Amino acid sequence: MTGPAAPPAATPNTRPLVKRHHWIVRLTHWLTFAVLVGMITSGLQIYTAYARFGERGGPYYQPNPFQDHGFPEWSRLGHWLAGALNWHFALAWLLVGGGLLYVSYLAASGEWRSLLFRPRDVRGAIEMQKYYLRLRTDHPPQGKHNPLQKLAYSFIVLLGALSVLTGFAIYKPTQLSWLVALCGGFQAARYWHFWAVWIFTAFLVVHVVLVFVVDPASLRAMISGWYRGRFPSHD
Amino acid sequence: MIDRRGFFKLAGGAGLASLVGACGWDGGNAVRPLLLDVSRLNDWVGEKILFSPHRLAPQYDVALRTPRMPMYFISPELPMLQDPSTWRLQVAGLVKRPQAFSLGELQAMPRTTYTVKHHCVEGWSAIETWHGVPVSVIAERCELLPSARYVRFDSFDSGYSNGWDLASAMHPQTILAYGMNDNPLPAAHGAPLRLYSPTKLGYKLTKYLVSLTFTAERPGGYWEDQGYPWFAGV
Repeated sequence: MTGPAAPPAATPNTRPLVKRHHWIVRLTHWLTFAVLVGMITSGLQIYTAYARFGERGGPYYQPNPFQDHGFPEWSRLGHWLAGALNWHFALAWLLVGGGLLYVSYLAASGEWRSLLFRPRDVRGAIEMQKYYLRLRTDHPPQGKHNPLQKLAYSFIVLLGALSVLTGFAIYKPTQLSWLVALCGGFQAARYWHFWAVWIFTAFLVVHVVLVFVVDPASLRAMISGWYRGRFPSHD
Repeated sequence: MIDRRGFFKLAGGAGLASLVGACGWDGGNAVRPLLLDVSRLNDWVGEKILFSPHRLAPQYDVALRTPRMPMYFISPELPMLQDPSTWRLQVAGLVKRPQAFSLGELQAMPRTTYTVKHHCVEGWSAIETWHGVPVSVIAERCELLPSARYVRFDSFDSGYSNGWDLASAMHPQTILAYGMNDNPLPAAHGAPLRLYSPTKLGYKLTKYLVSLTFTAERPGGYWEDQGYPWFAGV
């Protein structure tokens, strides 16, 4: 397999310190994290008001392990439905604003090339998966991000967009009835909006575990922008 | 309105929320007023950008009606009139001809019937059929003055009331309903007369109506004054 060089075998203190993340990427990364925590916790408070998905009298969308269940107080933001709605609709501006700023930066800078998962990344993703499953011993060569990372980071942006779209469908179901129809109905839009919560949560867990297990230096890079780690910082 | 400082306070609030966990926090005295400011901004976006005075809500087949739509009122017991025959709807405020209408007079006016989806702020929805007279017909009969910008709807349900923007009130599907699912409006759903519209959340749809008052100032409302979104358009 040809491509960029394999990770250098040099010891950590001889690796060069390189600039890895633009400030816009770092700002929007942490902003989105904080805002998502607020969106999810206020969302759990909102969910408590009608803890199921379906027209009154059913049938109800399944699976939903949380049907007719509340969430513990520590996980809910807003104190009551009105407070949670006001948090949710205020933070939504920051979520959308941050998301648009991030995507605009990627488009303008050309950095999207090292992040967007494309058909040609399929083969590399399979090789990477083999490595994680220990079916191959050497780490496949990669650029700034390996193909599985590209898949994850492309998917999470898509999930953000789907969360915003289903959110708008729930927010203005009459004015945006075409969007509601695309979601499969008002209750279906609520259902997918809720599922996005658990996919975001699962992503967060896997993302943080992999940062510490595979490349702890990437945490510093996401804070200061500077990286001294085992992977290239440019494709 | 939100300014730059407000933006950072909000971002800071979000960060703080993620640090302390949520703990049922409503934002406290520092953030709560800011959240209400943003809610007013959202009202403006909802009214001026997302709401169309002409776009009609989708209608459904009567076979899709939801059995047992939940009822709700704020009085300890079901609000009922002592003597329904003396009930009148008072129309007052910024109109040239303030008037009182009996139920019979309202029923003699042009009737609108539709089967639409009801959206509750809690997240449930229900399809029902409603019939009644459009609010725009009442405004025309009473000769609305150009200075009117809002409508206040009052009830005999322990002072429950709602304030509406004029454009939403004049929407062709905003009606004073005296019928539900082809029958007279039941007491549980606001008899003898309630406000109905598929363009608003349920808590804006005043039941047990006694009066409409056209105003120049924005009227509050029972839930709106407690922090629920004022515009509440869907």
